Amino acid sequence: MDLKNSSKKEKVIGVIGVGSFGTVIANMLAEKSQVIVYSRKAEVVAEINSVHTAQGKELSKSIKATVDPEEICQQCEVLFFMIPSSAFQEVVRTFAPFLFPYHLIIHGTKGLSLNLDPGESLETVKKIRRSQILTMSEVILQETVAVRVGCLAGPNLSKELTKGQPAATVIASKYNEVILEGQRLLRSEKFQVYGNSDIIGVELSGVLKNIIAIAAGALAGLGLGENAKGLLISRGMVEMVHLSNALGGSVKSVFGLAGIGDLVTTCNSVDSRNYTVGFRLAKGETLAEILDDMEEVAEGINTVRIIKGFLETSQLRAPITENLYRVLFEDLEIEEALQFLMKYPFSVDVDFV
Amino acid sequence: MEEKYIKHRYEPILPSKNEWPVVKLARERKEFVKKVAELAEERILSQTGNNPEILREELETTLYREKLRVKQNPWVVDPDDEGEFWGEVKSSLLTVNAESKKVSRFEGYKSVLNKITNRYAEEIASNFKATHYKFTRSVVTYGFSRLLNAARVKGFKSLFSNQFSLQDKIQITGETEQIRDLATKGTIVMVPTHFSNLDSILIGWIISVLGLPPFIYGAGLNLFNISIFAYFMNALGAYKVDRRKKNLMYLETLKTYSKEAIQFGCHSLFFPGGTRSRSGMIESRVKLGLLSTAIEAQRANYQAGITDISGKIFIVPVTINYHFVLEAPGLIRDHLSITGQERYYKENDEFSSSYKISKFLVKFFTKGSDISVSIGKAMDVLGNYVDKDGRTIDKNGRQIDTSDYFTSDGVVTIDTQREEEYTNMLGKRIVEEFHKINRVFSSHLVAFTAFELIKSENKKLDLFELLRLPEEDLVIDYEVFKESCQRVLTTVYELKAQGLINTAPHLNTTIDEIILHGMDNVGMYHAKRPLIQDENGAITTQDMSLLYFYHNRLTGYGLEKLF
Repeated sequence: MDLKNSSKKEKVIGVIGVGSFGTVIANMLAEKSQVIVYSRKAEVVAEINSVHTAQGKELSKSIKATVDPEEICQQCEVLFFMIPSSAFQEVVRTFAPFLFPYHLIIHGTKGLSLNLDPGESLETVKKIRRSQILTMSEVILQETVAVRVGCLAGPNLSKELTKGQPAATVIASKYNEVILEGQRLLRSEKFQVYGNSDIIGVELSGVLKNIIAIAAGALAGLGLGENAKGLLISRGMVEMVHLSNALGGSVKSVFGLAGIGDLVTTCNSVDSRNYTVGFRLAKGETLAEILDDMEEVAEGINTVRIIKGFLETSQLRAPITENLYRVLFEDLEIEEALQFLMKYPFSVDVDFV
Repeated sequence: MEEKYIKHRYEPILPSKNEWPVVKLARERKEFVKKVAELAEERILSQTGNNPEILREELETTLYREKLRVKQNPWVVDPDDEGEFWGEVKSSLLTVNAESKKVSRFEGYKSVLNKITNRYAEEIASNFKATHYKFTRSVVTYGFSRLLNAARVKGFKSLFSNQFSLQDKIQITGETEQIRDLATKGTIVMVPTHFSNLDSILIGWIISVLGLPPFIYGAGLNLFNISIFAYFMNALGAYKVDRRKKNLMYLETLKTYSKEAIQFGCHSLFFPGGTRSRSGMIESRVKLGLLSTAIEAQRANYQAGITDISGKIFIVPVTINYHFVLEAPGLIRDHLSITGQERYYKENDEFSSSYKISKFLVKFFTKGSDISVSIGKAMDVLGNYVDKDGRTIDKNGRQIDTSDYFTSDGVVTIDTQREEEYTNMLGKRIVEEFHKINRVFSSHLVAFTAFELIKSENKKLDLFELLRLPEEDLVIDYEVFKESCQRVLTTVYELKAQGLINTAPHLNTTIDEIILHGMDNVGMYHAKRPLIQDENGAITTQDMSLLYFYHNRLTGYGLEKLF
């Protein structure tokens, strides 16, 4: 009816993956734009289209769902990939045939992938070089022709965002265009969106903080106090700085919202999956028991393994990660690990600025 | 040696010189220069945000630097009225500064800017003349092949013999058909590696052998200091790049010139390394300035609605491989003094006199030192390969549209920040392709192996200490040397099987012969040889820095890990 409106078609935004974070982002996007979500599972798609919930989580009524990657790629120029790192590569490969250089992709996954030869796996390779590690944006660049890629990271606990509590996030991309578009789509009274051009640094911050979050959970599980937590957060950040730097991120980003911001939130939150893993470990459960009854993945566990492999090929020492690895996979008692860390000669407070 | 090189001359793809884009451009030179000056002016104005104060600052900076250059670093090729011109700029700036009204000040600055861009555009523009081109081409070809035959065919009749042609000396391999084909359909931007000043002439000759119309390219203004070079350069369609001028106005005018010429349809050539490789390594990073103009021109064509192949720009990487680089001693000295920061670095030029060049040319053609030129696969401006019809093919073999890269919300948009990133990407792709099409020569192999052996014997020393090692520490036992050469060669062949490097046919023989060939050829005309065999048959060097230079050609492949 209105000529002006019909001539400029409203943009449709795609969200791939409807886990807890994907659902929250889809709802936030739906406040301003038309949104289509993608799920691999037909029953989830049916659930969304009929009762507007995704595995029980409420979704805005205007959101449509599809199982067809081609359809969502055709309709949407902007796509948000919200899938766990373990499935990331596979999903991106499914989408690759339908993606073109005009697509703009923003992902919100805080994990790493491996770029190994066929037949190799994390179990068979003990040492991992930087070239064998892929951040999620690197996965997208490797598997598809899309180049305008960004990531979303920051202290964004799904539970709090669902309640509409105020929060902020970082969109990182080499392309200003991606940052501006992300801001335009997501910014609201309750949600502030910052920009950063160091995408690798921001991705790594989000990834590495999960390691420290597990450790923080363990401290809490042992019943240790706030002094210990302060110590952990500050030493954890030093470790993040060195690791991020060695993997190609800038030191600056670790001090940003996606680094220290997210680190403080996750280390204090019982809602964080990574924190919970640490907490339950300290209470005496084994890793297998914990993983058994967790609904969604705790990215930190996989990250610890990958970073441990990377440490074998670099000159770096990362005592928190190394000891956490031994606790998770080599049956080191958590108390012993703590003892070890307390004796570790961290002689210099700040050695990176 | 069983490999077939291109021995014949190709038919020209555009027989009539009036159809050559470069001839068309020369015909419209005056209008073209004016257009470039105007567009450059617009670009500078938009970069200064149309703010008269910022513009004034830029003008004053340019004036200051130019006056300093005229005083401190004058060249023969500089026009006589330079001092005068900048004097005028100075006085007009003073007059404009005194204006009280902001609007009229801005107008004043703009007119000064206009004068400067006009002058720069005029200076940069090439003076191509088709008659000179033809003459130069026949001189080069005829003269060179006479020299060659005189040296190789014995006897009185040698001067008239046609037994050897230049193509025996300079071997062209690779995707020659594709470049010829695409040159008739779209616009080619050739990006060769750069090791020697000889490259410019060599490439000009290659282009003509391939039957392509002349390419335009930016040649360092210093080369125009020498009259014989200046003649060749002009004849080959070179425009001038003055590396002394680093001010905004000059750089923008230069970029505009390049972009407009590409859009005009002129095939172009950039040395993406910017200057000759000082270290002897294949360019690992490229200068992005001129490269960005290819991307800009492509976007501008799409904006103008030219979406078919006639508006498409193809990037073709080329590597030139030598056994011997005349300027090597000077280049490596420069490189070491830059990296070692020992002393102030000053551009020096071994091609400083016509005599030296002629001497080199005679030596080059009368003795055996082969050159090979590999033409790489054509890519679009984002570094994707294209098929024979110039269509972009992605890594999964699917056809895609290059214009999609410049599209937001369904329309082609200008986004300079985005194009900067694209330029970075293209630069990386070019470097990758260089490594893939690079051809290993016997001389590279022996130099690499010898240097790495000496290095592994002295693990604790840094590069500069290595280069100062006393003679007696530089001797390598022949058997050890042979065994190591074999190891490197085996790995090179493994890399070749993965398509990551290429080899010259003279490597298809026994390792002893390869070593002999390499030793004979590596830096063969230097006063001090990078590698010799002493009376006991052991391998040693007379000049460690030169050995380092020739060794560097094989860095970047991870072959160091073998030692």
